[in-house]
Amino acid sequence: MNTVIFRTLAPFLTALMLLFSVFVLLRGHNEPGGGFIGGLIAASALAIYGIARGIRPVREALWFHPMTIAAFGLLLACIAGLVSIFAAVPFMTGLWIYPALFGVEVPLSTVMLFDFGVYLVVVGAVTSIALALEREDI
Amino acid sequence: MQTDKMAMTFIAFCLPFLGALVAPVLTRLLGHRAAWPLALFPAAIFAHFSGFLSEVAAGGVVTGGYAWVPAYDVSFSWLIDGLSLTFLLLISGIGALIVLYSGGYLKGHPHQGRFFSFILMFMGAMLGLVASDSFLMLFVFWELTSITSFLLIGFDHAREASRRAALQALVVTGGGGLLLLAGLLVLWNVTGATQLSLLLSHGEAVRASPFYLAILVLVLGGAFTKSAQFPFHFWLPNAMEAPTPVSAYLHSATMVKAGVYLLMRLNPVLGETTSWATILPVFGGLTLVVGGVLAIRQTDLKLMLAYTTVASLGLLVMLTGFGSEHAAAAAALYLVAHSLFKGALFMVAGVIDHETGTRDVTRLGGLARLMPVTFLAALLAALSMGGLPPFFGFLAKEEVYAALEGGNLAAIAATLAAVIGNALMLAVAFAVALKPFLGPRVETPKAPHEGPLLLWLGPAVLAALGLGAGLFSGVVHPLVSSPLATAIAGKPEAVTISAIPHVSLPLLLSAVTVALGIAAFLLLDRARAAADRLVLTLGWGPDRGFDQFMAGLVRVSHRLSLRLQPGLMETYLTVTFVVVALALLVPLAWYGEWPRLPIWPADAQFHELAVMALALAGVFGVLSAKNRLNAILALGIQGFAVALLFLLFGAPDLSFTQFMVETLSVVILALVMTRLHLQPRDSRPLPERLPDAAIAIACGLGLSLYLLKVTQGRFDPVLTEFFDLYSKSIAHGANVVNVIIVDFRGTDTLGEIAVVMTTGLAILSLIRIRKGFSGTAAASAARGAEKVAKERQP
Repeated sequence: MNTVIFRTLAPFLTALMLLFSVFVLLRGHNEPGGGFIGGLIAASALAIYGIARGIRPVREALWFHPMTIAAFGLLLACIAGLVSIFAAVPFMTGLWIYPALFGVEVPLSTVMLFDFGVYLVVVGAVTSIALALEREDI
Repeated sequence: MQTDKMAMTFIAFCLPFLGALVAPVLTRLLGHRAAWPLALFPAAIFAHFSGFLSEVAAGGVVTGGYAWVPAYDVSFSWLIDGLSLTFLLLISGIGALIVLYSGGYLKGHPHQGRFFSFILMFMGAMLGLVASDSFLMLFVFWELTSITSFLLIGFDHAREASRRAALQALVVTGGGGLLLLAGLLVLWNVTGATQLSLLLSHGEAVRASPFYLAILVLVLGGAFTKSAQFPFHFWLPNAMEAPTPVSAYLHSATMVKAGVYLLMRLNPVLGETTSWATILPVFGGLTLVVGGVLAIRQTDLKLMLAYTTVASLGLLVMLTGFGSEHAAAAAALYLVAHSLFKGALFMVAGVIDHETGTRDVTRLGGLARLMPVTFLAALLAALSMGGLPPFFGFLAKEEVYAALEGGNLAAIAATLAAVIGNALMLAVAFAVALKPFLGPRVETPKAPHEGPLLLWLGPAVLAALGLGAGLFSGVVHPLVSSPLATAIAGKPEAVTISAIPHVSLPLLLSAVTVALGIAAFLLLDRARAAADRLVLTLGWGPDRGFDQFMAGLVRVSHRLSLRLQPGLMETYLTVTFVVVALALLVPLAWYGEWPRLPIWPADAQFHELAVMALALAGVFGVLSAKNRLNAILALGIQGFAVALLFLLFGAPDLSFTQFMVETLSVVILALVMTRLHLQPRDSRPLPERLPDAAIAIACGLGLSLYLLKVTQGRFDPVLTEFFDLYSKSIAHGANVVNVIIVDFRGTDTLGEIAVVMTTGLAILSLIRIRKGFSGTAAASAARGAEKVAKERQP
């Protein structure tokens, strides 16, 4: 696994995959994709980076502990559900707004926020397991 | 006005808990003087409930409350009649005195604030318990008194004896509470009532119900454990490990009476049956005599008093069950009298302990001159406890004997028990009140002098009340005794007895009791030796039984967990997969629902067949792999082939996820393998591998057959149609799978991601433990080696 080619290419591959994971996450509502799949792609991206460069660079690049990211995702998902309190509708009711940004109508929703939460939980949990399993001395 | 009063009552129930909140802060600011402002809390409660006296004396019942869970008919509601009101006044009134007393008793204790907090919490629980109308509230407060008493008994938690006593009290009374809960549930099922006030009108139905005996046993289980009836009496004397204010408050005046309260409350519902009128007097009488004998045996002031409390509780239970004309009145009078004199005597014992440094009655003497106020309080309380005129205790005892009058065998036996018990209690009362104060001065660990105001105020007030209530019984009876007796009997009762002796059988019995008691007091040393011999001959007692029970419980659960949780991964996996295989195969075989053999698809395309061949190749690779890493990779190939199949047959989301899951599984499995230091290959001989292979084949076969059967059934398109119709129109998403995950079944997903996260945390800590474990194991091995090396050195 320690070939020069792989080690050189891994950061680009990781960046590309992370970008792709966000793309998959965002298109998920209408095309195949979503938070679960996006999260898994992002986790594999980080795993590739870890295999190529060791886990210390991964931890440094993530800045936060992966479990913190997962917890933040869970918090986001809960908040997404609780927004409905202010609209006086039951918990987890999907709410949509359509603000126009630079003349383009952008549909935003609590459902999307929820999917972000799912994405972060999956990335965080899977990555923290993978990182914990990798031996520190590699 | 009515709602104002209801709100005030509600606030009164909350006040002790508020007091518990501010107690630590106040104590930090004011030191032991915080007792004064804190005593205002119970005093305010006392004042509030005193306002109900006239209404209840006129035969009224104060009810109120708020709906809590209307769907289940659960409410936060109270019922205040003569019985509840007496208890409320005793709890809050004595509570105020106890708070003051604690201020003096625990002066300078580093955790005095915590103590105030606990005792106020207990007060709140107890007030709630005696005023509860709804069953649920009754149970919650009942257990809350057990928990707060656990905290109070174990207050001095650095001592082992305290911890044991606290645990014992919790196990016995908390366990009894569970029996009570079961009893209340059965009562609810039989009558449909969830409130005591409604239950009281269902007495006939309960007594006629086939579950009557079950209800009775369960309720008595709760009441007898709480009120320390034989054979559950052992926890009460052990609870004397608590600081004396706790003993005076919980273990004489209030908590231990909760069981008696319950029996009195349910007397109109459960009473007047043969089993009620047999079980209660038998256990009560037994407890009375056993408590008296054990009390004589002790030399510790608190233990002597504790055992007489057991005896008094026995007397109360006996009277409650006796059901004769004067029984309710006698129980009412004795209940009030006992709270007054026993609370006072406990506090006196505490003052003596505090000022002299010992509670051993044989090492005390001649304190009367040095502690005159305490002596006076002790004397008054003891005379009331001994049942001498004109004290309130005398009235109670006269009424007791009047209640037990009767020609039959049961009445004679009960009278005999009462005479013996009362005589022994009189002897103990005199021993506690006279021995330390009279006679020659005995050297004590501390130089004694009169306690401060905070210490002697409580006992003095209670003792004086015992005298005052006896002298002015004309005022006390209509206000307290009669409504109380009415509530116990369930029908109007008027208490008229006064302190003026009149010649009758009860007076004669009283004279006999006093004579016997004084004789026992004079021969105390010899009586103590005799009782001691008796107990030692018996040897085994329920106290040791408790230890044996607990040890047995620990042993059995240890063995059970070892059996269920051997800690071998292999066992867990084997059990799990055998169960999976059985769950899949047994229903198919049982109902004969085997699937039909699938027909070979004639239109299978070449690329579809190629993907299937790839999957098969993957499986073959797993089986023939020379080492584990290759097997994991081959498994990945099989998974990828399945993902391709999903893609070909129109499930892109599923396929997408499958690809990612397979990739990550291979990575994580490979990492696990390196971390666990597994051997590169499974080197077990074939006979050991065969059972595993059989389980694997059974699981695979079961799942295949099951899937075939499911797909051969008729497909119900209701859900498909529903989601096709509504996914875009109301959830604004074209991808049905994603819309289901994040919108239609969003709450499910929320639960799932919480599980994902928790699993991650669990795996993380397991890996960490493994790291730490090997570290400490190495360290301890090193220490062990060092120790051995040291021992070997000459």
